[in-house]
Amino acid sequence: MPVAAGRRMPLAARPSLAPPDLRLTQDAEGRPRVVLEGVWNLRSLEPFLPDLEARLAQHGRSAGWDLSGVSTMDHAGALLLWRAWGRRMAESVDLRPEHAPLFEHLQLPDASALPRRRRQWGGPVLALGHATLALADHLVGALLLLGRISLDVLHLVRYPARTPWREISANLYRTGAQALGITALVGFLVGVVLSYLSSQQLRSFGADIYIVNLLGIAVIRELGPVLAAILVAGRSGSAMTAQIGVMRVTEELDALAVMGIPHTLRLVLPKVAALAIAMPLLILWTDAIALIGGMVSAQVQLGLDYRHFASSLPDAVPIANLWLGLGKGVVFGILIALIACHFGLRIKPNTESLGMGTTNSVVTAITVVIIVDAIFAIMFSDIGIYS
Amino acid sequence: MSEPIIEVRGLWTRFGRQVVHRDLDLTVYRGEIIALVGGSGSGKTVLLRQMLGLETPARGEVRVFGRNLHEGDHEELRDLRSRWGVLFQEGALFSALSVFDNVALPLRELKTVDEGMIHDLVLMKLCMVSIEPRHADKMPSELSGGMVKRVALARALALEPELLFLDEPTAGLDPDRSESFVQLLQGLHRELDLTVVMITHDLETLAALSDRVAVLADQKLVAACSVPEVLSMDHPFIRNFFQGERGRRALETWKERNREPAAPAPSPAEQESA
Repeated sequence: MPVAAGRRMPLAARPSLAPPDLRLTQDAEGRPRVVLEGVWNLRSLEPFLPDLEARLAQHGRSAGWDLSGVSTMDHAGALLLWRAWGRRMAESVDLRPEHAPLFEHLQLPDASALPRRRRQWGGPVLALGHATLALADHLVGALLLLGRISLDVLHLVRYPARTPWREISANLYRTGAQALGITALVGFLVGVVLSYLSSQQLRSFGADIYIVNLLGIAVIRELGPVLAAILVAGRSGSAMTAQIGVMRVTEELDALAVMGIPHTLRLVLPKVAALAIAMPLLILWTDAIALIGGMVSAQVQLGLDYRHFASSLPDAVPIANLWLGLGKGVVFGILIALIACHFGLRIKPNTESLGMGTTNSVVTAITVVIIVDAIFAIMFSDIGIYS
Repeated sequence: MSEPIIEVRGLWTRFGRQVVHRDLDLTVYRGEIIALVGGSGSGKTVLLRQMLGLETPARGEVRVFGRNLHEGDHEELRDLRSRWGVLFQEGALFSALSVFDNVALPLRELKTVDEGMIHDLVLMKLCMVSIEPRHADKMPSELSGGMVKRVALARALALEPELLFLDEPTAGLDPDRSESFVQLLQGLHRELDLTVVMITHDLETLAALSDRVAVLADQKLVAACSVPEVLSMDHPFIRNFFQGERGRRALETWKERNREPAAPAPSPAEQESA
């Protein structure tokens, strides 16, 4: 039980901390009179609320109400009585003088005063419409951002001194150098698994030697670029969105704007440029490690000599595949950074939007990478492959 | 003196090598309004966080409602936490919830109050801090700084607390709002037997509201007494803080107001003796 009773009374003189209670009596003229006792504050009312509400409702506001036996009352207690009286004061109330001010706050508007959020009717149709509009909105937004960055690049061509080298270098380190470990690990394991599975199949056809062609083409042309891009999208894309989003929440973007520093030039462009440079390098690295993984596995499974693997690789895989992979890397890098920044800039200053924006950014970036990869595959289907 | 609500005994707070509080003692009694003052970086907010159990003392103990905040039953501490309300410096409204839902959250957490009652309680609290019902479905990011503060106060008051912690309650409010804030707090203090611990730099609020002033300087409490007593003390920080040009003016207005018999907002001390 809380020690909540008694206004400025010495401890000993405190009335008992009786739970809130009421009983019906009659006054001298035989009219009903409701006598309230105990502590009527939220903490002691709270366990009995439904019960008390029902009992209070039995007595109308026309009865006499004797509240002088209430030892402690707060706004919640006053409100409970006021609601029982039909949202106004009862006709005759005996109050302790110190409880009177509690009833002064009670000129409350009823439920209609609250603006209600409009319900969405029409369900799926509206949802589809909203989704389509949102997609269009995103496309326009991303296009505008791309345009803005292109203008920034033109601006930098005219004033090369304003190039944000330091930011580009920092981003290059964060998105490139620091991603070497994870891309190496994933690349190596994928190389091992791919080589292991393929070599089992190839051996049953006696086509052991084609493991080099299979691995080389798959890794250099497709797997390396896509793996690295997905890892970078998850790793750096989310970080970029969250960074820009938090800067929006803490008004840092506005601070940049009022200093006359365009945030596309200082925040977005360095990220795009850094990823456009780092991505092909990471792909080269992932390719190399994945091929090493494949080589190790092939040696174990098929007894294929390392030297033989390495020397037959250039003949098995035309060099065009490497250029294609690296070219895709540049495009993926630009896309990932653009999407991350686009979502970051759209984050609204609340925590939920930040979480949703980051998720959407990563999901979109990975989806777009795979879609664009498919487009590349169709466009360059007759390049780099012996027919 | 009435019963102590908060007891801070021999408190040491350390952040790495830096000592914020060195053997600090403070007692807050039921029904009083105590103001914590001190220069910036003197550890006012940290002391408040210690009283809230958000920091752990390096040495010493903090007891609130007679209970150590870092020991004991989880349920009991939870119960204890529903007996106080806190107004954070920046409001700390939940940005994903509307104004109404922010104030309703502590009530809904009780799980026993029905929606109709919650609705009326929230509206009443919002009216008390003069937020109009039409703002109730706004999100915190759509509010002005002063409104955020008032909504945060409404949320702090939602559970009808016995103890209220205020961190810079009037910072960022215009003078008119500060005045009505002072009146609101005086009213609440009268009606609810509220104990208030507040950090403030605003001398007018301090002079109008506080029964006692606790002055933090040199990692310690250099004073914890009424405004006139603090004024008579000779300590470099107190001299600078209260006896600067602004300080003198604020205190003079307060003295004049106290002298008038029909003062618009009598101090709680007067109320008590009346």
